[in-house]
Amino acid sequence: MGIPATLGAARGPLEVGVIAVDIRSKTFGGNAVLGPVSFSIAPGETVALVGPSGIGKSTLLRIVAGVDTQFRGTIARPGAMAMVFQDPTLLPWRSAMDNLRTVHRGLTRQAAARAMAETGLTGKEEMFPGQLSQGQRRRLALARAFAGQPELLIMDEPFVSLDAETAETMLALTENLIAHHRPATLFVTHAQNEAERLATRILTLVPGPEGAVLGTSCQRFRVREKHTAG
Amino acid sequence: MPTCRFIPVLSITGLLGVWITAALLTGDPRILPMPFDLVPGFVREISSGELPRHLGATLVRVLWAFVLAMGLGLALGLAMGRSPALNRWLDPWLVIFLNLPALVLIVLCYLWIGLNETAAILAVTLNKVPGVTTVIREGARALDPDLDAMAKVYRMSWYVRLRHVVLPQLAPFVIAAARSGVAVIWKIVLVVEFLGRSSGIGFQIHLYFQLFDVPMVMIYAFSFIAVMLLAEWVFLQPWERRVARWRWA
Ligand SMILES: Nc1ncnc2c1ncn2[C@@H]1O[C@H](COP(=O)(O)OP(=O)(O)OP(=O)(O)O)[C@@H](O)[C@H]1O
Ligand SMILES: [Mg+2]
Repeated sequence: MGIPATLGAARGPLEVGVIAVDIRSKTFGGNAVLGPVSFSIAPGETVALVGPSGIGKSTLLRIVAGVDTQFRGTIARPGAMAMVFQDPTLLPWRSAMDNLRTVHRGLTRQAAARAMAETGLTGKEEMFPGQLSQGQRRRLALARAFAGQPELLIMDEPFVSLDAETAETMLALTENLIAHHRPATLFVTHAQNEAERLATRILTLVPGPEGAVLGTSCQRFRVREKHTAG
Repeated sequence: MPTCRFIPVLSITGLLGVWITAALLTGDPRILPMPFDLVPGFVREISSGELPRHLGATLVRVLWAFVLAMGLGLALGLAMGRSPALNRWLDPWLVIFLNLPALVLIVLCYLWIGLNETAAILAVTLNKVPGVTTVIREGARALDPDLDAMAKVYRMSWYVRLRHVVLPQLAPFVIAAARSGVAVIWKIVLVVEFLGRSSGIGFQIHLYFQLFDVPMVMIYAFSFIAVMLLAEWVFLQPWERRVARWRWA
């Protein structure tokens, strides 16, 4: 569900939510990429970020995730975060199981095995990423993301460059995992159907005078029966 | 492939053949002794305890210098590879140290610190640090930025990041540096001992050089080469295989 309108109006959007983003500006060597961009995401909300190629979606995600700290503005983020990158970004020198347990230090073997089972990777625990198929590596990246019980999940075009069938399977899997774990989610996509299926809200980046800003006309709130009911 | 295993044996045999031929042509065992002429002297040096004592002294120096040079080089190379600003500051120093003759550093260390163990080990370490730094810096520049981002998002501690994300990526570079490191270090250690120590293989070679005793010089030199080969087979190569295990899985 979206942010309660009264709260948002009374205290500003930054006072609520798992994450509060208030970017004043972001430049790359004098090139303004992002103008003022602020929004927040409530617990359990799934927000899609769309916009034309090169507008600054990945840049925005990297700032939100704390990977890029060279910007003006403030971000309030939760303790437990997870990110699914376009590539799986696994540790090739660690087994599948150890990939989860190296990233999440407190994770027991049972919990890691459970996270792998959730993504259909039972039996692959001791394999190295290089021994897994491309699709299995992506599943492992998902398992790693959800194993830490994230309050905020960030995904940058997680299903891009997959064939239609695999993309559909991964989309369904992600949908289930989000419904089950209910993190606040922010993800970038190019595909309209992905945005519609996963998101409770869609943010659009549009060109502004000093870098990209959020397009108000396209920012819409939807209520999703499936997620809000659970 | 059994023929592959044979090749090193054959090539060593060939080298022995060349030696024997040269010794026959020289015809003077005081200048170039036959390989088997060295055996009695070798046995004598071992049973008197002289050879093990000097070998041990040299090994300790090699180990100290190796550990120090690798540690410092790793830290410096990593820092310089990751920070372009630091690299701009330190790169000129690196070039100077890389081009400083080993002998100059050794002599200066002895003059400034004195003819002692600290000066000896420091001289060897300083000789090797720039080389290690250069290799590791290349590796640090090639670190995967995506893995770096991943480590940041998941809030991995610096120790976990270093141990599980950074060092595995640097492993080929660390091994390359260790390889050339050991080879260069023990040669410099010998020079350091030759110039200013009263123990070690280098000191013994100095002694027998003054006595013009070629067989003894050869006995000490070969003993140390044998030890270094053994270290390569017993430590370096198994370690290399262990580190690269995931690649062949
Ligand atoms: N490290 C960088 N240095 C300089 N400019 C950069 C850097 N990263 C991104 N940019 C620029 O910032 C702009 C936004 O890039 P970004 O990757 O965020 O776009 P995007 O919206 O994710 O595009 P796409 O949909 O194609 O992935 C681009 O013009 C890009 O050239
Ligand atoms: Mg992008």
